Order: sequence, then C-alpha cells, then structure tokens
Amino acid sequence: MKIVVAVKRVIDYNVKVRVKADNSNVDLNNVKMSINPFCEIAVEEALRLREAGVASEIVVVSIGPKQAQDVIRTALAMGADRGIWIDSADAEMNALDIACLLGRVVEAEQPGLVLLGKQAIDSDNNQTAQMLAALCDFPQATFASAVTVEGDQVVVTREIDGGLQTLALDLPAVISTDLRLNEPRYVKLPEIMKAKKKPLTTTTPEQLGVHLENTLSLLRVEPPAERSPGIRVESVDQLIENLKHQAKVL
Amino acid sequence: MSYVHPYQDAGFVLQYLVHFDQLCTDAGLDEINLELALSVLEEAGKVGSEILAPLNRAGDAEGARLDGGDVIPSPGFREAYDQFAAGGWLSLRVAEAFGGQNLPNALSTAVNEIWHSANMAFALCPMLSQGAMESIAHHAAPALQAAYLPGMASGEWTGTMNLTEPDAGSDLAAVKTRAVPEGDHYRISGQKIFITWGDHSMTPNIVHLVLARLPDAPPGVKGISLFIVPKFLVGGNGEPGARNGVRCLSLEHKLGIHGSPTCVMEFEQAVGYLVGEANQGLPYMFTMMNHARQTVGLQGLAISERAYQQARQYARERLQGTRRDGSRIPIIQHPDVRRMLMTMKSGIEAMRALALVAAAEIDRTHYATDPAQKARHAARVELLTPVVKGWLTEMAQELTSLGIQIHGGMGYIEETGAAQHYRDARILTIYEGTTGIQALDFIGRKMLADQGAALALLLDEILETRDEFSTVFAGTLAAEQLELALNAGQAARQWVLDNSTTDKALSATVCVHFLLLFGYLCGGWLLAKGALQAKALLDTGAGDTDFLQAKLISMHCYQEQLLPRTQACLAAIRAGSTHVMAMPEDRF
Repeated sequence: MKIVVAVKRVIDYNVKVRVKADNSNVDLNNVKMSINPFCEIAVEEALRLREAGVASEIVVVSIGPKQAQDVIRTALAMGADRGIWIDSADAEMNALDIACLLGRVVEAEQPGLVLLGKQAIDSDNNQTAQMLAALCDFPQATFASAVTVEGDQVVVTREIDGGLQTLALDLPAVISTDLRLNEPRYVKLPEIMKAKKKPLTTTTPEQLGVHLENTLSLLRVEPPAERSPGIRVESVDQLIENLKHQAKVL
Repeated sequence: MSYVHPYQDAGFVLQYLVHFDQLCTDAGLDEINLELALSVLEEAGKVGSEILAPLNRAGDAEGARLDGGDVIPSPGFREAYDQFAAGGWLSLRVAEAFGGQNLPNALSTAVNEIWHSANMAFALCPMLSQGAMESIAHHAAPALQAAYLPGMASGEWTGTMNLTEPDAGSDLAAVKTRAVPEGDHYRISGQKIFITWGDHSMTPNIVHLVLARLPDAPPGVKGISLFIVPKFLVGGNGEPGARNGVRCLSLEHKLGIHGSPTCVMEFEQAVGYLVGEANQGLPYMFTMMNHARQTVGLQGLAISERAYQQARQYARERLQGTRRDGSRIPIIQHPDVRRMLMTMKSGIEAMRALALVAAAEIDRTHYATDPAQKARHAARVELLTPVVKGWLTEMAQELTSLGIQIHGGMGYIEETGAAQHYRDARILTIYEGTTGIQALDFIGRKMLADQGAALALLLDEILETRDEFSTVFAGTLAAEQLELALNAGQAARQWVLDNSTTDKALSATVCVHFLLLFGYLCGGWLLAKGALQAKALLDTGAGDTDFLQAKLISMHCYQEQLLPRTQACLAAIRAGSTHVMAMPEDRF
C-alpha cells in the first residue's frame, strides 16, 4: 500500500511569534521555520506502518515557495521514500486551495491512505484533511490517537471531547493525526545524507489544473494582550469572593 | 536547565569565516554544502537538547561507579548512548569504506560543540572513540582496520586512549608498560591511569589503544609502540569472545565530569596487536594530537556556552531592586550583570570563530593537492592548535566562573547547576597537555623553531583585516584597540625572538602570556572579520537584521573590554624571567 503524507513548513515551535509593525501579518522574516509538529507525527505514523509491513511506499507532499523543499527533505531524512513539491511561489492560499491541490496528487498517486496533521501550528485551521476527504470522496477519521490497518479497513481511535471514539474505515481513507498518536523519531545522520539523493519532483498548481481562489483576506493581526500579574489572596473565602465579584466567573 | 544550540552563530561562522561551501568544493566533496551542514546541525541540536542535556545534572549528582568488576554508568547514560549510536553520530568523520559519512572536520567540530555543551561527561565517550578511530584509520594495518573500525564507527563498540601512567604524565618518555611478542600478537602488562571511559557496560566491547615498550626498545620516547587491546578478544566471526587480560581497578573521585568514568586500568598478559611500526607510538600519537587538542579547546567553548545560557536565563528571571513605581528589576538590567553577560557572550563568539576556523585548517591541510598549499595550511594548524587548546580552555575558567557570579549566592549552591559547569570546566586546562605545555609548544616548536615565520604570516593576515576594519569602522574604539592589539602581537613576537638567546629562561617563563596574547588577538581578528561581513549584509539589507546588529555589538564589546588584555600580556612578556626566577627555592 502507498501512503501519501502532506507536510507544511511553519514557524518553529520554539520561536517567539512576533507581529509585524503594521499589523498586516506575523513577522516571518529570518525566523526559524520547521516542519509542522502535527505533520511530523503523520510522517512518523506512515513510517511505522511501513515498518509493520502494511505500507510499501511513502510519498511526502508539500506546497509553498522553494523553502517548502526543506520540510520535504526533513521527512525524507526521517525515512519517507520520495517527495513532491508543489511550487505555489508566493501565492496566498486558503485551506480549500490546499485541499484541491492535494486532491489532484491523491488522484494521480492512488494511495491506500492519506495522512495529514490535524492542524498547522501557525493558523490552527484544522480544515484541510476534512476538505480533502470530501473532495476525494474518501471516508475520514480526524484527531487520530491510534491507527491500525486490518485487511481492507483501517481502525482509528479518535480523541473527541467526550473521550475516545473508535472507527473502522474502508480504504482508501484520510486520517488527521493528533499529538498523542506517536513520538516522532530522531533523524539519523546517515539518513540525512541519503535524503539528498531521494527523488523529489516539482509541479505547480497550473500543471495540476488547479486555479487558486483564496477567498479569504487577512484584515489585521494583533498579539494577545499581555497578562497582568496575579495577586495573592489571604484566604479561600476571599478567593471565592474575588472570583464572584471581581472576575465575575462564579 | 535546558540547552539550545546557537545554530545561527554557528551557521554564520561556517558561512562567512570558514567559507564552508568553498572548502567542500576545493575538497571535491560534491554532495556536501552549507545547506546540508545546517540540517545536520539542526538534527544534532535536537539530540543534544532533548536526549543528552536532560541527563547532565543526573550524571553529576550520580557519577559512574564501580560495582564488582563492572563500571556502571550514570542514570540514563546507557539508553542515551544507544540512541546516540543508532543515530549514526559516531560515523560522521569516518571513511565510507568503514560505514562512515566522510564529512569534513569543520562540520564535525560544529556538531561536537553540541554534544559537549549538552553533556560534557557523556560526550567524552564518543570523543575518545573518535580519537581512537582516527589513530587506527591513519596507522593500523588494513586487517586491523577492517576488524575494528566498522564496529567503532557504528557505535557498537567504543574506543579509549591509554597513555598516562603513575610516573608518566606530561613526560611520556617514562612509559613502563611492557609488550612481549607472542606469535602474531603481543602480551601487554602494566598499569595505566586517568583513562577516560576506560571501562563501562554500555557496549559489548571496548577497543583500547595502549602505549607500551617492546623488550628490545630503545630508552625514552623513541622506544614506545602503540597497540590495540580489545576488552573482549574478537573472534573469526567478528564478534567479541573471550575476556582479555584488561580490567578497571578503580575509579577516580574528581572535581567534575562525574558522569565520565576515569579509570585505573590494569593490563595483565593482555593480548594486543601492534599498530603500524614498532617504536613509532609517539609520532603516531602526535599525528592525532592536533585534532585531540583542538577538540579539548572546543570543550572550553561548549561548556562556556552552556554556562552562558544558564546565567542568561537566571539574569532574566531573578528580580532584585525596586523601581519608584514599585515594579521589580530583573538583574539582567543591572550594568555589572550586563558586563558579565557581555564578557561571556562576546568571548564565546570569538572562541567559536577560532575553534571552527582552526578546525577547517585541518580539512584544508588534508584535502589540499598542491604541496605548497598543503604546507601552508599544515603550518597554520600547527600554529593555531596550542592557541585553541590553551586560550579557549583558559577562557572557559573565567566564563564559567562568571556564570556562577551572575547567580550570586545561588550559583554557589549546587542545585542551580551553575557550579557544575565551573567544576566540569576545570579539567580542560589540564588534560591533553596543560596550558603550560601548550604555551611551551606554541612559543618553542611553533614560533622560535622557524624564527617566527609562520606567526609572521598570521600577523600579516591580521594586518590585512585591520586595514579594512579601520576604514569601515573608522573612529571607533574597536578599530583603535585592534590596532593596538596587533602592535602588541608584533612587538611580543619580536621581543621573544630578540631576547631568548640572552635570557635563556625567557620563553619558558613568559610562554603562557605569549599564548594568551595571541588567543585574545585571534579572537579580535575573527570578530572583526565577521563584523565586516555583518556590516556589508546590513548595508544591503540582507539577512537577519537583529542577529547581525547583535554581532556588531558583541564585536565592539569584545574589542573594548577583552582585547586590551593583550597589553597586559605584552608588559609581562617584556618583564622577562628575572623576578619570576629570582626567588630562592627555600623562600617559597
């Protein structure tokens, strides 16, 4: 079985996010960028399925400017087999654009399984996997914390508000990964060297026949208000009093 | 206390001072470039921060211990070693034929900084393996290489260096361990001390490199041979078999690096295999010496960086003093704390630049095809190695001490962890040749021996930088100080050349001042070179503005605060040996 994994290049989770002076967007100039942690978990899960003998090939896709290749190389160094870079240049895109592009890749590659992070840590949309499943007319399981392939089905444990939900899906299917699914491996030095030689093909939205719509426009970005310092209260009674009358949460 | 590799500064030095891409092109390493180097550093950084750094305190609090005949490593070290080895990190420098990645020394050095910052006691184990592998790769017969290198490159086995004996420390001529021929091998007997990671139970075998004397060997340094002595004899199938006659008698109780077992090793009729030719042990050791000494210098950088990160975090969080509006002041805003942090930060940047530039000279020597170029780079390696080892490790004493000072009383309390770096750093000016030994090497073999020729070439290069620097940074204190420091370097060279025939004790008395002078000067030179690059980038609007401006501030601070120390060094050099040597021994 072939697995397609989508990966996104985002601001590194260690970096303190700064807003541009004109509030037009987050300042990404010279900021360290890395593979989205949820996507990294998706790559790891694909690798584990291959190691378990379930998958035979792992194809990694990323969309963006030239630097998007960096996160494909990261995934290849983790162990994925080949990469596809969709060169979107500097185009602004929304989740539906991304899902359409990925849909064309899925159409061409015919994978048994598509794995995506449940959301990217930059804009936290949590939309692409769901849209992609609809476009491909595949069953979907989001927020996966366990994935097992059994014959023509995949059994997925989902983290939902009320606890855990287990679904059986017919393959091919789309799965979006949650944080507790696995702990991604450390990249091995020889794999970094090998990743340079693994095939990475380039395509464009035009070649895939997708016209980018981007129906969203970003109006303004503001940093959250700074937290004011806390106060120490004398007693539990006073705490309840303050919660009732000052904070007005009780 | 967490650790994050300063990847931006390392990348800056590799790009603009080492010229890493050019180095790889010249070396014919087509597939290696700065981009690859940065991704290697990034992944190594994760291993350092997430696997090795969290074990640093535990390794200090609960050092390696001897239980029966076995050395039990500190908590977590075994698992960390397994992950480290599985990551292929030991194979970085090794030739592809033995399962290695054949990457340049400059990159290896940048990566090693991460291991030593994250956990110096742990990192000594792979460091010794690397040294042993280099010895075997350079000097052992092909059959021995095939038997031992693949296991060591994969990290499945570790390596050690057994040189020192109770009566043979800095003076290796006194080595007494005996090697008696027996068929195709030798029987080794004797005692070695201070053997770093000499024994442990983390791997199924350990490959010891041992200096010993053959029965008919000439006395002194010309009669020492080098042997491979495995802990377990390697059978025909390549797997470890019977236990060899080597064991750890005891572990030393040390000031620092508690996680690194320092062993007294006993060899009793142990089977050993001669490396290369008989009686060539010391020359073989010397070929490894430059690399080993630069690596210890690098440890000085690494431990200073760790101490700096810890002090910086404390200075941001610790509140002392109250403003009129009642708000508290983090101590990072106090000028004297700023002075200490800037001394650490700017000193570290100078140390990193020198460590990586010197490491790249080893590559340039190795890969050069033109004999004249090869000789020029080799001379530069010879010249810079004692400076890297001596100056970086002496700086580490001051900078890790400042790390404690910034913590105030809390720094003296072990729980903060600041004291550990200071204790761990203390070995660095001692092992692999004390500062005194480095300084004697520098002033004697590297300076007086060629009448200061190699040093003059270095001074000429610094002069070129100074000329450009005094134009671009005209009117600044930094330009003035670089000028004065260069003059001091030139004057010191001339003074020693002119006076060492009349004052016989001159060079041996002033050598440490001489070494430190050139350490500070090289640091100022490379920060100036970096600043010229940073300024050019800023002028064109390229690169990370905040980072580049910080580079300029660091440079100014270093030239103003640290570079003037060259003047004190020069004054002490000019004073000569008279009053150092005048005191009658019984008045001490």
